[in-house]
Parts: sequence; C-alpha cells; structure tokens
Amino acid sequence: MQLAYIARRFGVFLLIVWLAASLNFFLPRLSGQDPVRTRLLESALLGGYVHAGLEDMVKEYDRRFGLDQPLWRQYVTYLSATTRLDFNYSIANYPRTVRELIAEAVPWTVGLLGVTTLLSFGIGTFLGALLAWPGAPPWMRWLMPPLWALHAIPFFLLGLILMYLLAFQLPLLPIFGGYSAGALPSLSLGFVWDVISHALLPALSIVLVATGGWALGMRGMMVTTMGEDYVTFADAKGLRSSTIFLRYCLRNAILPQTTALALALGQILSGAVLVEVIFGYPGIGALLFQAIRENDHFLIQGIVFTVIVALGLATLILDVVYPWLDPRISYRREA
Amino acid sequence: MNDAVLRVEGLRVLYDHPVGEVRAVDDVSFSLRPHERFGLAGESGSGKSTMALAILRLIRPPGRIDGGDVWLDDTRLSSLSDDAMRKLRLAGIALVPQGSMNALNPVLRIRAQIADALGDHGTLLSRRETDAHVRDLLGHVGLPPDVADMYPHELSGGMKQRACIAIAICLRPKVIIADEPTSALDVVVQRQVMATLARVQEELGAAVVLVGHDMGLMAQFVDRLGVMYAGRLVEVAPIGEIITSPKHPYTQMLIASLPSLERKGMMQGIPGLAPLLRDLPPGCAFHPRCPLAVARCRAERPELRAVAAGAQAACHLA
Repeated sequence: MQLAYIARRFGVFLLIVWLAASLNFFLPRLSGQDPVRTRLLESALLGGYVHAGLEDMVKEYDRRFGLDQPLWRQYVTYLSATTRLDFNYSIANYPRTVRELIAEAVPWTVGLLGVTTLLSFGIGTFLGALLAWPGAPPWMRWLMPPLWALHAIPFFLLGLILMYLLAFQLPLLPIFGGYSAGALPSLSLGFVWDVISHALLPALSIVLVATGGWALGMRGMMVTTMGEDYVTFADAKGLRSSTIFLRYCLRNAILPQTTALALALGQILSGAVLVEVIFGYPGIGALLFQAIRENDHFLIQGIVFTVIVALGLATLILDVVYPWLDPRISYRREA
Repeated sequence: MNDAVLRVEGLRVLYDHPVGEVRAVDDVSFSLRPHERFGLAGESGSGKSTMALAILRLIRPPGRIDGGDVWLDDTRLSSLSDDAMRKLRLAGIALVPQGSMNALNPVLRIRAQIADALGDHGTLLSRRETDAHVRDLLGHVGLPPDVADMYPHELSGGMKQRACIAIAICLRPKVIIADEPTSALDVVVQRQVMATLARVQEELGAAVVLVGHDMGLMAQFVDRLGVMYAGRLVEVAPIGEIITSPKHPYTQMLIASLPSLERKGMMQGIPGLAPLLRDLPPGCAFHPRCPLAVARCRAERPELRAVAAGAQAACHLA
C-alpha cells in the first residue's frame, strides 16, 4: 500500500516537472525575441561598427544551438537534453555550460538558505508554542512585540541596516561576497571560517525576519489546539504539564507548520534573489539576477527548471512524510 | 457522614463576565458512599458539567472556584498543591469525558495515550508490562487487544468511549465522574457503553457520579439522583422515590415530560426557558416557570432541606 502511494506521488511529481519543462520551453518562444540575434547585435553595437557577416553569424549560431530546426524537433531535443540535465551553454558566459554555473551556485544558496530556514523554523516554532503556553516564564511575553516588528520589516532592508551597523560602522563582519577575494576554496579551517563569517550577516537578516513569522503562525495554532477536548481530557488524566505541552499541544499544532516548512524549503532556490544580490552572495539568486540582466535565455531556463524541480521535490517529500506525522492522512486511497 | 468517599460542601464556581460575576455553581453539597452511583441531572446551563470540572479543580479562567470544599476520604482537595492535585486526578478521581468530545489525541495510538497516563503517575513499566496492562484494560472494557495499536480516527464512537473508560480506570480510582458519557451515541451503543461502565465500576468498587440530562438513563443507572437548576441543587433523593414521588415542582414536571408506554397523548414540556445565570430572578430561580408559585417564592430563596427520609428538596411548598 505504502509503496503504491509513493509510486503514485512520484508519478505526479514527474508530470509536474514535464509540464513545467514544457512551459519553460514554449513561453520564451512566444515572446518572439531572438536571443542570439539580440546578443550579437549588442556585441556589435558595443564594438562600434556594423558587422558585414552578422547574418551569417546568426545563422551559424542558430545552427549550433539547434534553433534552425522545426519547433517540434527543438522540443524533442530540449526534452531529451533536460532529462540529461543538459541545459546547453550559457550565452553570456560562453563556453561555460549552464549546468556548471548552476552546480557552482546551488551549494551556496542551499547552505545559506537551508540552514537559516531550518533555524528560524526551529526557533520560531518553539518560541511561538511557548508564547501561547500559560506555564511559560512571564518575561517571554516581552519577546512578542520585537519579534513581530522585525517580521514586518522586509529582510533586504534589515540586511542593509545590519550591513551598515556591523560591517561598516563597526567592521566586525565582511560586507560582501561568499568568501574573501583571493582566498582559495579548500577544506582548511581558515577557509571554512571565512565562509561562515561571510554568511553571518545575510543569515542574521533572514533569521531575524523569518523567526517572527514562524512564531506568529505557531502561536495561533497553539491557541486553537489548547482549546481542544483532548487537551482538557489530558489535564483530567493528571498528565504532567510538560507532557501536555509537548505530546498533546505542540505535536498537534506543528502539523500545519510542517506544510509551510516544506514549501519554504522548496522555495529557497528562488526566494533568495534580493538577499544574495545585496550581499553579493554567489548563490543561485544572484546568478538568476545576472542572467536576466544579460538576457541569458539558456541560463534562465536552467535556473527556472532547477527551481521547479526543487519545489516539486519538497512537495513530494512532504507528501511521503505527512501520513507519518498525521496518521489521519492515510496512504490508502479513499474508497 | 464519615463513610462518604467523596464529599462536596458548599461548592461555588464563578465566571467573570463583562456584566459582572456569573454564578455557574452555587452552594452545592452532596456526598457519595463507596460503590454508590449518584446522578446529577439538569438542563443545559444548569451547571452540572461545571460541577464535574470543579470537583477535579479543572476550572479555567475566566472561571474560578469561589468557595466550598471537596473531600476525597480525608483529603481536602483545596489544600493540595497543584502537583499533588495533578497526581490525584485519574489516580483518585477519574473523568470519563462527554461522548461527543474528541477526548483522544488524534496523533497518538491508544497504547501511548494509556502509557502516558501511567508514566506521569509514576507507574514505570517495561514495554512488555505496559503491553500486558493495556491489553488487560482493553479487555475489561470489551475492546480487542489490537485496538492498542490504532489511532482514534480508526475507532467508532462507542469504541472511543470504551477507550476513554479504559484510560479512566487504569489507576483504579475511587471515584469516576462520567460527564454525559453517552451523548452523541445512538441508543444501542449508549446501552453497551453504560453496561461497560457499570461492570468496571463493580469490579473496581468505585463510586460514580453520572452527569447528564437523560432522565431515562438516570433511572436505569443511578442509586440516588440530584437535580440541578440554575446552578443549585433543587432536589436530592433515591432514584425510585424521585421517579414515583418527586417533591420539587421542577422535578415533577421533568418526570411528567418523560414519554410513557401506558399514557398516550400530547408530550408535556416545561413552559418557558431556563433563566440566564447572570440575571437570576429573585427568590426561587424556578418561580417564573412554576405553576404553583406563591408570593413567598418570589421573595425568599428556598434552601435545600430534608423533606422525607433520605430525600431533600429546595422548595417552600415541599
């Protein structure tokens, strides 16, 4: 039963990826722009003279990128290339491939956003649960206004403020980049610390903003759960306050939070554009920003596809894990 | 009175409300002998469920216990620390929740919900002992052992209620408070659940307080009945006496409204509505609906007093 359920979910996942890949293929072609011609014309104009052989060059590039083929053939080639994760060359960074560029950027984003998302989820959820709990220490109530004020600030704005305070006024942390210019990436302690110190500022701005959101959601769910009959009965059973808090209230209130966490994790590849651009972080968000500015169609396609796969994967994992978290969601198909 | 296992003396529960205090339970006293089945009947809002929670000291804000005492044997519950009171719940006085409630945690298996109760009361058992104990408890309430591995949503209403009874008896309490245990269950299941409750009560030798509004159920189950109206006990008497010769006009009309196999004709109800607790009429709270009311009823509140052997009523005319 369980296996059939997982297989079915995986089928849905493949369907979503195929649909997204097709949209990804057809939408840019509907725009009527010719990326090769635009690109070559730009270079030519930059050069300041008109190229006599421009048309020939366009034809040559079209042939090389397969753009002279009929649409259906291009589509088939595209699909088979996509299954091999081959997204062609980057137009702006030729001869580097899109796959290389994405593979370089993904670890930075996953490292920064993955850790901060999990961290703010953990802290925020637990704080939110305690904020709703009458047995929590009274000073915790003072945490609420600052948390929610921080939550209302866009994180790139908070990032700028933190950057001004902690990197410019008090130069404690590096202001820009994923690691110091000139440092050679290696697994040495020095380099690891260099990477961490560069990640601290963007991480801080994300965690400070996101924690309030998680806390707010969790507090609301806790208040609802604490009014449930089974919590009253748990009290009548003479259970310890800690048992009621963890196993009866928090355990139930956390269910909707988990859904939000899976979606948030799926979105980390696309959600970091602003932070990465502001902090000059070499992640996928900054790469996408650069690709859009430079009209690098293949790179944009590659990144969008990666983002879609990440979201689909997060949903797939959630679907598989959720029945285990909430036994009322059954693997069995409703009869 | 010293043979009483549970004594409630002058218990009052207030709810703070914007227009002032609302007295949900007002000066209620009764006592339970060991093995006795005592019924608390009344219509919605009469304070009977609040009574059940007040005995367990489980009234939450904006409600509070405003006075009176509850004694379990020689222990005065109001003098216990919060932790001692917590340990007394379930071990001394257990609650069987309303049948319409989702009293079981939806994400825990029945075994875990029983094991939680045992563990938090200091009964530390090995996995194997817990399994055996849970199987034994489920057997007592007529559930098959594999229910231990099920989640509440996999059980029917009657099975859930049996599981709740299994939890309630797991520490062999002296008093079981059953708060409308069969509401929302159909009559067949209702009968089975009540039979289960009666059986485990006899096995345990516990006393039972049955809270409810179903006079037919009360007549079948309890030994003695207390009738509540607007937060006060208006009549307490052995069940046979209450059914055959009720003393309080409210009880009389309640009994008269029961359908009967012998009599045919229009169903009789009690005209009017129960009064708002925050705006009680002066004198006897029942006088606006009472066909026998005299001038004294409007001015002076009747106290509960003995009117016959073993029977008490709060009525000037009784």
